[in-house]
Amino acid sequence: MKKIEAIIKPFKLEEVKEALSDLGIEGMTVTEVKGFGRQKGHTEIYRGSEYTVDFLPKIKIEVVLGDGMVENATAAVVKAAKTGKIGDGKVFVYAVEEAIRIRTDETGEKAI
Amino acid sequence: MLNCFRNTRFPTVLGAVAILLCGSPAALPAQDTSNSPTPASIASPAPSSAVTPVPVVGASPTPSTTQGASLEDRVASLEAYINNTDGTKTLPGVPGPGHNAWMMTSSALVLFMTLPGLALFYGGLVRRKNALSVLAQCFGIAGLVTLLWWAFGYSLVFGKSFNNPFYGGSEFFFLSGVTSAPNTDYAFWVSQNVYAMFQLMFAIITPALIVGAIAERMKYMSVLLFITIWMFLVYFPQAHMVWGITGLMNGIWNTNSQIKAIDFAGGTVVHMTSGWSALILCLILGPRLGFKKEPMPPHSMVLCMVGTSMLWVGWYGFNAGSAVAADTIAANAFTTTTLCTAIAAFTWAMMEKILRGKASVLGFCSGAVAGLVVITPACGFVNPTGAVICGVLAGVIPFLAVSVLKPALGYDDALDTFGVHAVGGTLGAILTGIFATKEVNANLKDELLASLFVSQLKAVLVTLVLATVATAVIAFVVKLVIGLRPTPETETAGLDISEHGEEAYISL
Repeated sequence: MKKIEAIIKPFKLEEVKEALSDLGIEGMTVTEVKGFGRQKGHTEIYRGSEYTVDFLPKIKIEVVLGDGMVENATAAVVKAAKTGKIGDGKVFVYAVEEAIRIRTDETGEKAI
Repeated sequence: MLNCFRNTRFPTVLGAVAILLCGSPAALPAQDTSNSPTPASIASPAPSSAVTPVPVVGASPTPSTTQGASLEDRVASLEAYINNTDGTKTLPGVPGPGHNAWMMTSSALVLFMTLPGLALFYGGLVRRKNALSVLAQCFGIAGLVTLLWWAFGYSLVFGKSFNNPFYGGSEFFFLSGVTSAPNTDYAFWVSQNVYAMFQLMFAIITPALIVGAIAERMKYMSVLLFITIWMFLVYFPQAHMVWGITGLMNGIWNTNSQIKAIDFAGGTVVHMTSGWSALILCLILGPRLGFKKEPMPPHSMVLCMVGTSMLWVGWYGFNAGSAVAADTIAANAFTTTTLCTAIAAFTWAMMEKILRGKASVLGFCSGAVAGLVVITPACGFVNPTGAVICGVLAGVIPFLAVSVLKPALGYDDALDTFGVHAVGGTLGAILTGIFATKEVNANLKDELLASLFVSQLKAVLVTLVLATVATAVIAFVVKLVIGLRPTPETETAGLDISEHGEEAYISL
């Protein structure tokens, strides 16, 4: 099992979700996050006070999958989230040791 | 008889007495064959005169006054009501329903400026950990100042027993003698208790404006103690000087005033006093922890915009209500207030667009408030053209004060009370001296207008000196007695949790 963690531009969430759904992926967790990479922040001015905002809003998607689906899924995320401009985000893939469905006590790939 | 019963709100037993008394000719006001009594004419005056056989001084009209008067005099009094002039010959102690209705509405509108208008305008601009502290300060001031106003404030401002240019008198302490009858020193047709409540709302919002400069970093009890002393040393004397019938700078109504200045709705009384005091207090208090090191952006521009809009709506009571009548001058004030405010808001935002590339919501809000402040002393004296010029200047000069002057000088006027209210109030007082015209307000006599500009400058100077010197003294006294600042831990954690035990926004 693997976990795909993708940091994407907020307005790309719907397209990424559709792309993953098309692959038959049935669940995901989404979080509103803030951060920065090469894109850097922007400045905000409130009357005489100017602030640099380093952390930009992004969306983090987490999906846990069987090993066989990982390649297609990462490709789908990258394709859907790409604008070609700076700040498109990143995709990370982690190994997952165990999964348990709380309702039924099922474990492993059956639980995801 | 039936009307009389229907309009009394007495309990059954008293009601029965009231019916009996109402039925007797003596208790019926103005029972003249030519003038059939309407329900309204019986409703309020009858029960009070019925229950109290001896009429209260200045209370409801005794029938004999009206009955003995000629038809000509009675018509003249009705015309006086419509023209907002003296109608006491046949209607002594009677408020005019239309003027009274407008003044009660105006009073509520001016309260609405503070609660919740100003509270949200300021509350939105602070960080979320201090949002409630601003609301608590505004609410606390509303309660505290009401108490002071009832006990001493109204009398010290609008009494005249001291015959003094700086403080009024002691005759209205605890609002004694302040009844529904008009006090003709200030209004022919507005109940004095309504007038006292209208003026109370001004006394509430003025110290609440200071909160903007000291936001996020002053102990709650220190705020309340400071405001208590400040009301006695700055607001009460300043309001008496400008509006009191024996006041130093009441150019129109006090023929013996030493400075023949004018201030329609409080450019000096409200905005200059609060704004200049705010500057001194924030200098003595020092900047917020982390000022210029960490970002301190507004936590909700939406609340700020909502609060600003409420301020604008409430300000119609403030400015047009300051005519103390629903008359031609009120109508002019309503018009000039609208023009100046809208144009100032637009000008400020366009200044931002031109100089920085982006027009911001805070720019529109700041411009609107600056426009309201600048037109406040002028609204009942200037024509629409004057108001438009005031609006443009209100969008430019306070803008430069907060975006150029403040960063250059480096003081931490957290929410720009000085930049908007002191600069705007001072500008408004001076512009009033330039644009006031007797075509708008016939109370402006030629000899007053001839020297008005110089008088306005004198009034500005007196106000500025009083506000700054008194604030410096009060701030040092409060600092000595109970201190001004919370501990650094308290300030870092935010005043909401540490001073009020609450959070504005609770998640999980």
